Amino acid sequence: MKQGTFEITQNRHLTDAILEMRLKGDTSAVTVPGQFVELALPGFFLRRPISVCDRNEAELVLVYKTVGKGTEALSKMRTGDLDLLTGLGNGYDVSASGKEPLLIGGGVGIPPLYLLAKELLQEGKRVQVILGFNKEEEIFYEKEFKDLGCEVHLTTVDGSKGVKGFVTDAMTDLEYTYFYSCGPLPMLRAVFKQSKTSGQFSLEERMGCGFGACMGCSIQTAEGTKRVCREGPVFRKEELPW
Amino acid sequence: MVDLHVDLCGIELSNPVIPASGTFGYGYEFAQWYDIDILGSLSFKGTTREPRYGNPTPRIAECPSGMLNAVGLQNPGVEKVLSEEMPKLKEHFHKPVMANVSGFSVEEYVTTVSKLEREDQIGWYEINISCPNVHGGGMSFGTDPCQAAAVTEAVRKATKKPILIKLSPNVTDIAEIARACEASGADGISLINTLMGMRIDIHTGRPILKNVTGGLSGPAVFPVALRMVYQVSQAVKVPVVGMGGITTAEDVVEMMLAGATAVEVGAANLIDPFACKKIIEDLPGVLEGIGVKDIKEVIGGSHRG
Repeated sequence: MKQGTFEITQNRHLTDAILEMRLKGDTSAVTVPGQFVELALPGFFLRRPISVCDRNEAELVLVYKTVGKGTEALSKMRTGDLDLLTGLGNGYDVSASGKEPLLIGGGVGIPPLYLLAKELLQEGKRVQVILGFNKEEEIFYEKEFKDLGCEVHLTTVDGSKGVKGFVTDAMTDLEYTYFYSCGPLPMLRAVFKQSKTSGQFSLEERMGCGFGACMGCSIQTAEGTKRVCREGPVFRKEELPW
Repeated sequence: MVDLHVDLCGIELSNPVIPASGTFGYGYEFAQWYDIDILGSLSFKGTTREPRYGNPTPRIAECPSGMLNAVGLQNPGVEKVLSEEMPKLKEHFHKPVMANVSGFSVEEYVTTVSKLEREDQIGWYEINISCPNVHGGGMSFGTDPCQAAAVTEAVRKATKKPILIKLSPNVTDIAEIARACEASGADGISLINTLMGMRIDIHTGRPILKNVTGGLSGPAVFPVALRMVYQVSQAVKVPVVGMGGITTAEDVVEMMLAGATAVEVGAANLIDPFACKKIIEDLPGVLEGIGVKDIKEVIGGSHRG
């Protein structure tokens, strides 16, 4: 975990509500895919937790959705510095993947799967990805995942592109050794029920601090109370009492 | 050199800055950010006799200049605090610690304190009779002078260590409650706990917090806290620990001028893990700027003429 100042180098819309922000600064604390940052927003009290989509030695990429006044304000920032806590949370365990992992993302849950896909491909895995959206206009990062070398399956609830329905409708015919998922809670619960193998889920919760101090984001797991920000946000299937 | 030492109920603190209960866990989470031995003391997470999961989520909501929380006293229970949390705290913190204790009956407070008696590193007990986020206990003891007195009196018999009673601001006359605690054997008063509040999501029409209401903290409550510390410190002779929205070294000086002997820093820790460290580092400069060489000089300074 580190605190640092990052410079906004880009903040562009991918869709109406989804933006991609590039930040220059010390990224050394970001070591595992699935971790998040806590971003201080001028004029707001609490920091905002946002998952890391990609990183290199000098740059972080955050892909986020405008859902309230805070992210709305963030979406309007084009330049300037942001104060970030980085390297927060327990990310995805890449070593559990087997040869053919399946990545399942829904909407704004997709971004942390990007860095994960990159790392799995580097380890020579065959990576299949299901990206779920409500409709065609909301699709983002389809090309980015394809360019990495993933096999991409799209689903839209209204059927405007890809398989009509939910991510689980695309899971039925796929063979995989393990899965990694991130998305809205109803989607994760559906994936939990439908999945044929073990896997990992990244959860979302309103947070106070993001580093384990306030107990604001605690959930009940099969192994007792855990903090989404500290023991999570990624939990193994076996940990979740669903 | 500015002298930052203060005396709190017979125990000397190297400086008056104490992270507030519930914002600092059992200390070790913050040891990853800085050396927590620089703190005056720390008030650990509110501890109860039994383990408590707390309230369902969402437990947190943003507010202008502050936040609401409805954690609901999540803690592993006194036995695990002694066997698991204290050993981890001891690795990083080597000064007397403030044990924050909550309960749902007078007997529960007494049992929890009695069990904590075997831990030598506890310097003071901070008896929380003011949690707004639990039902049938917590704050109900802190909103009635007779009940506040009953808890104080019972805990007084369970320990020889100093006891501070942590008061709720959700009362009409906080000075009356403070006097009742002092008369029943309290060695000090700490205040304020959070102010009860709520937020509603206009898109769903539902309260943001699953618990419906929560406790407001952060800079938004600072003027209210300051006023109450000013009133209570003149109503009692025992020392007062002031808290509520403290974010800077200037806030610390202001709170001490209002009558606080020491201060607790709460919500600021959650938005800046280095908040207490920065406050302690800034204090000498702020005091020098107002011509103060010994921080004890400012305690209650606003009461004089």
